[in-house]
Amino acid sequence: MIGAAIVGLLTAVALLSLIWTPLSPAKMQIVHKLQPPLSHGLLGTDQFGRDVLSMLMVGSWNSLSIAIGAVAIGGALGSMLGIAAAAIRGPFESLAMRACDVVFAIPPILSAMMLGAFLGQGRVMAIVAIATFMIPVFARVTLASATQAWSRDYVLAARALGNTRLAISLRHVLPNIMDQIIVQASLQLGLAILTEAGLSFLGLGLAPPAPSWGRMLADAQTYLGLAPWLAILPGLCIALAVLGFNMLGDGLRDLFDPRD
Amino acid sequence: MTILARRLAGLLVTLLVVSLLIFTVMDLMPGDSASIMLGTSASPDTSAAMRHQLGLDLPLALRYGHWLAGIVTGDLGQSYTYGVPVAGLIAERLTVTLPLALIAVLLSLAFAIPLGALAASHRGGPFDRLASVVSQIGVAVPAFWMSLLLIMLFSTTLGLMPSGGFPGWDAGFWAAIEALLMPAVALALPQAGVLTRVTRAAVLSTMHEDFIRTARAKGLSARAVLWRHAMPNALIPILTVLGLQATFLVAGAVLVENVFNLPGLGRLAFQALSQRDLIVMQDVVLFFTALVIIINFIVDLAYLAIDPRLRRGI
Repeated sequence: MIGAAIVGLLTAVALLSLIWTPLSPAKMQIVHKLQPPLSHGLLGTDQFGRDVLSMLMVGSWNSLSIAIGAVAIGGALGSMLGIAAAAIRGPFESLAMRACDVVFAIPPILSAMMLGAFLGQGRVMAIVAIATFMIPVFARVTLASATQAWSRDYVLAARALGNTRLAISLRHVLPNIMDQIIVQASLQLGLAILTEAGLSFLGLGLAPPAPSWGRMLADAQTYLGLAPWLAILPGLCIALAVLGFNMLGDGLRDLFDPRD
Repeated sequence: MTILARRLAGLLVTLLVVSLLIFTVMDLMPGDSASIMLGTSASPDTSAAMRHQLGLDLPLALRYGHWLAGIVTGDLGQSYTYGVPVAGLIAERLTVTLPLALIAVLLSLAFAIPLGALAASHRGGPFDRLASVVSQIGVAVPAFWMSLLLIMLFSTTLGLMPSGGFPGWDAGFWAAIEALLMPAVALALPQAGVLTRVTRAAVLSTMHEDFIRTARAKGLSARAVLWRHAMPNALIPILTVLGLQATFLVAGAVLVENVFNLPGLGRLAFQALSQRDLIVMQDVVLFFTALVIIINFIVDLAYLAIDPRLRRGI
């Protein structure tokens, strides 16, 4: 479970950054600007002399909290929609799925651009924009598995006992598809981290001076020749985090479904 | 014919809903075009006159109708930062984004299909391990970071490639292609990661089918079984995913065009946002979204071409 180890490490660093970082990530020391790793601080300094390690640590919290917020909201709403569609069927199901197609077709970067114009820059906008995109993904996955669950004998038995559709959905369908929702959540967390990084790279994420991996990369563009570590380290963090969540998702899928 | 007609009707309804959604969201934005054009110091009278001139004092439904009617006739409105019709602006930017996306898709397919197929036919072997590493890394590495790494290696350090900008097609075919090559590679990597994985899975699942056993029993070579029998049948899932990836390709293009300073459609969307050129923003978002929907529609139709069994309903 390399995936679980990476995710665990990431979470630990993110939580640690809330109470401790080697230096304040916002503290500028112009005299020590653009110092390579190990010469000043473990991972060097940026163009304002800020400690890169501290910025990356706080960045992990910002990235993780936005990704978790977005997947929690998008996952909850999308799963509810999928389960409801499987229970009600008929025109509601086709309408819900068509709506999902529409939302899914708008690339998340573009919907974030539109939403950002009226929610303003920041954590809430990033979470809402990414969550909007997650809803159709979860709705499709849960609809497929919930529809399967509805054809099982235990659901038939529950219906014969006179249970309402709502009760069956909550007591029988949901617990049986929960493992698939968890796998999907892990995989989507990776995607959410990538999208958040993309948004902050374009300057649409958290407002400065809050450090974020994406914006660190955007700032590093000016110093590619002078300070390559500024362009390498944050990207490595993003890639590692995404890799961790993807591997965790794959691992969980194998764990829940040994047949494959 | 009925299937085709029904799907076309569905496509039109979806496009209509998307346009309504985009129009409503853009309309809800604080600050309308008149106040952005005139600035904050304009008197209420001037503002009102401008709003009237732009037709902003009309009811929402009527404005939406005008916009829609314009789209149908090819009039997408006028950009106020560039002072030119948006339709022309989009057409001009497409000459960068379209080749960029096309090269990226071709590169990713050229890489992913052979690798995925070899991984499936040599399960557990070195190709399989390579495919698994490529697909994990391809998906995890953001295209804009890949762009920076490519610039650092090939432009800053080795000085082999231009670090950004676009000379235009007038500067010659190869000069233009050279400028698009690194961005296309960066854009192709995540696609290649996803497609390698899908190809491997799709080929593996067709390998269990009866017709593969029959082909083997006829004494066909392993290569003929893989490419002539397994691959055509694995194309449907590959095509589906290629269609679904269109939305990520667009998102990637917005980012990569910004890194490489390419005057494409993605960069136009970003510039329109920073300059609050609402009509450009609205048109470009609709264009990109419609593109994604139409690509998926074409993928749907392509199933019919690939799989004759699905044609029965027509």
